[in-house]
Amino acid sequence: MKTNKMINSFIINGVLAIICLCWTVPTIGLLISSFRDRIDINRTGWWTVFPHKDWVSVEKIKPGPEVDRNQPMTFEGITATFEELSKGIETNDLRIKWIGNRRVGYLDVQKYGWTTATNFSLENYKQVLAGDDYTATLADGSTVTERGDNMTSAFLNSLAVAIPATVIPISLAAFAAYGFAWMKFPARKMLFALVVALLVVPLQIALVPILRDYVRLDLNGTFLAVWLAHTGFGLPLATYLLFNYMSELPRDILEAAFVDGASHFTIFTRLILPLSVPALASFAIFQFLWVWNDYLVALIFIGASPTNQLLTQRLAEIVGSRGQDWHLLTAGAFITMLLPLAVFFGLQRFFVRGLLAGSVKG
Amino acid sequence: MASTTPNSTQPGSSSSRFTASILAIIPLAISLAALVWGFFFLRDIQLAKDSNIPQVVTVLLAIVWGVGGVVLLFTTANFFIEQLSDKWIRRLQPVLFVGPAILMLIWALVLPTIRTLILSFYDEASVNFVWFENFKYVFTNDGMLIVFRNNLMWMIFGTLFTVTTGLLIAVLADRSKFESVAKALIFMPMAISFVGAGVIWNFVYSVKPVDASQIGLLNSVVVFFGGQPQAWTAFFQPWNNFFLIIIVIWLQTGYAMVLFSAAIKGVSSEILEAARVDGATELQVFFRIMIPQIMGTIITVSTTIIIFTLKIFDVVIVMTGGQYGTSVIATEFYRQYFTYNNNGVGSAIAIVLLIAVTPVMAYNLRQFAQREVF
Repeated sequence: MKTNKMINSFIINGVLAIICLCWTVPTIGLLISSFRDRIDINRTGWWTVFPHKDWVSVEKIKPGPEVDRNQPMTFEGITATFEELSKGIETNDLRIKWIGNRRVGYLDVQKYGWTTATNFSLENYKQVLAGDDYTATLADGSTVTERGDNMTSAFLNSLAVAIPATVIPISLAAFAAYGFAWMKFPARKMLFALVVALLVVPLQIALVPILRDYVRLDLNGTFLAVWLAHTGFGLPLATYLLFNYMSELPRDILEAAFVDGASHFTIFTRLILPLSVPALASFAIFQFLWVWNDYLVALIFIGASPTNQLLTQRLAEIVGSRGQDWHLLTAGAFITMLLPLAVFFGLQRFFVRGLLAGSVKG
Repeated sequence: MASTTPNSTQPGSSSSRFTASILAIIPLAISLAALVWGFFFLRDIQLAKDSNIPQVVTVLLAIVWGVGGVVLLFTTANFFIEQLSDKWIRRLQPVLFVGPAILMLIWALVLPTIRTLILSFYDEASVNFVWFENFKYVFTNDGMLIVFRNNLMWMIFGTLFTVTTGLLIAVLADRSKFESVAKALIFMPMAISFVGAGVIWNFVYSVKPVDASQIGLLNSVVVFFGGQPQAWTAFFQPWNNFFLIIIVIWLQTGYAMVLFSAAIKGVSSEILEAARVDGATELQVFFRIMIPQIMGTIITVSTTIIIFTLKIFDVVIVMTGGQYGTSVIATEFYRQYFTYNNNGVGSAIAIVLLIAVTPVMAYNLRQFAQREVF
């Protein structure tokens, strides 16, 4: 009976561990790659940073200028042409390989054995964050100058969009939720039914009419345009969730405050808001992650203006124009993930609570 | 708390109240003026081609203006209202509390829906009324039929796999000592943007020529077992859609897991024990007792994910741009509107999307009507 239990728990934990591994490996691969050398990323898999068996360089031979590279050459007792040498020639337990081009390259004498590819640096991050030209030194000593990618500025823009686009809808929703829960006014039920109905309306339906309004107001491409759009799209869920929370607060606290002569505004700011912090926090995290990670709304309302672009837009642009530059993509992707992951791990408790209370986001 | 309210308990003489309300307009007017000034300032420096104001300053100003503006408007407007007579306070305060949200909803969702509906009956330049021509195109065009097929694949397979893996993990984690660690790891992708997830998975799927060493995890596994490296998101249509669907399964399983986990913990352990004592196997306990008990949650999660996959956009745009037969409703909507400038068909697609979610909307409204709070 006891061994049975142990086998059971072993199987459960084993299967769980395999699933967790599958779930995290893609992200770990990205993280490791972002620190690897730009050439290495494209030449070998990121898992080569772990100990594995491969050809390891033991000696470098720099052929002098007198060696004619267009004729067969002799090194270490082997005679071979440049083409054969660049493919690599194996003898006994050694391999000789020509690295680099014909003129400035060198010969690498390699031995088969255990190795790790741990050539880590922050260069990729520097290039992605650098606004202007970025000069990189390649393995063979030559340098290339490339356009950097101004992710620092995109990061700031994302902050400028995400913070107000979180605070504004929550403020409006908190006032409205209080109004629906504790005030008497005509058409109250009908208006709240509107909120419920709008919960699942796809935002695609609103993009073009709003865009037309923005063009008329000359607002397109500004932060305000994105705030207002996110406010509109986030309001139904925010109002619904906060209403559910506020309407379940004990009625006698409020009645006592009313008897004392407190106004609605005072009760709301001094009593209800502090009591609703858990609900406010979980929706705030929700909305912040949603806005920070959003691509479609930014794509349409910020557009191509390079100075105002957000992180997701910059990253998508690198995917589109430099899709094979993995050193930029890996570092860039990780920069966009930095803040959400910090928020997520720091405030996971609230996030989970929000999910459990939540419904369907439009 | 009571001392801060000048309104209801101390009725002043009507003339002093009138002066007070006149004076109380001043803060409201000043803050409105400041906000309008800030609006033009921010808009113009953001749209200016060569602004000499450092970006950090713009960003800080924008945040302060946006966040502070809302607080300021609510506070000053309320201050003004509270100077009025009790009758007007009772009338206007609900407007102040609920009005802004309702106005935003009407402007951002209600009116646009109507406007999109109207546009969907006009031609591509929104000039001539064409009746149902756009809808006819949407439902008969060969490309559009592929789009609908893809969305159907997304909805069926995306939901099926997300729900089953989420349930499996929730059940396993519930019996493991490492529950919180495992759940956090599965849950983590939810914090990652679709664009970021696209990059992560593009890297997993990346392909190199046959004679080079593979840097993509999937191809290197395939090569290790003697297979040929493939461009997974481009070939084997329509099965390449699966390689995109996997990404969303990866992103959304955490959500399903959290909800199932909470539901499982709510299942009475006495019933489960009773069944076990009566000789039920673990599988029987799971399918005959657990599943029926958490059916409500399964339906909620499935609905959420069906709606989510119905509107899927970012993943497809980043991974394939909608090429290789992977286009979906939302990417086709984007292409019609912004690449082909076809307002008519673009609007018709958006309306189709809206119609597709109406059953859920109706269900939500029915649930709401049955609530007793109102």
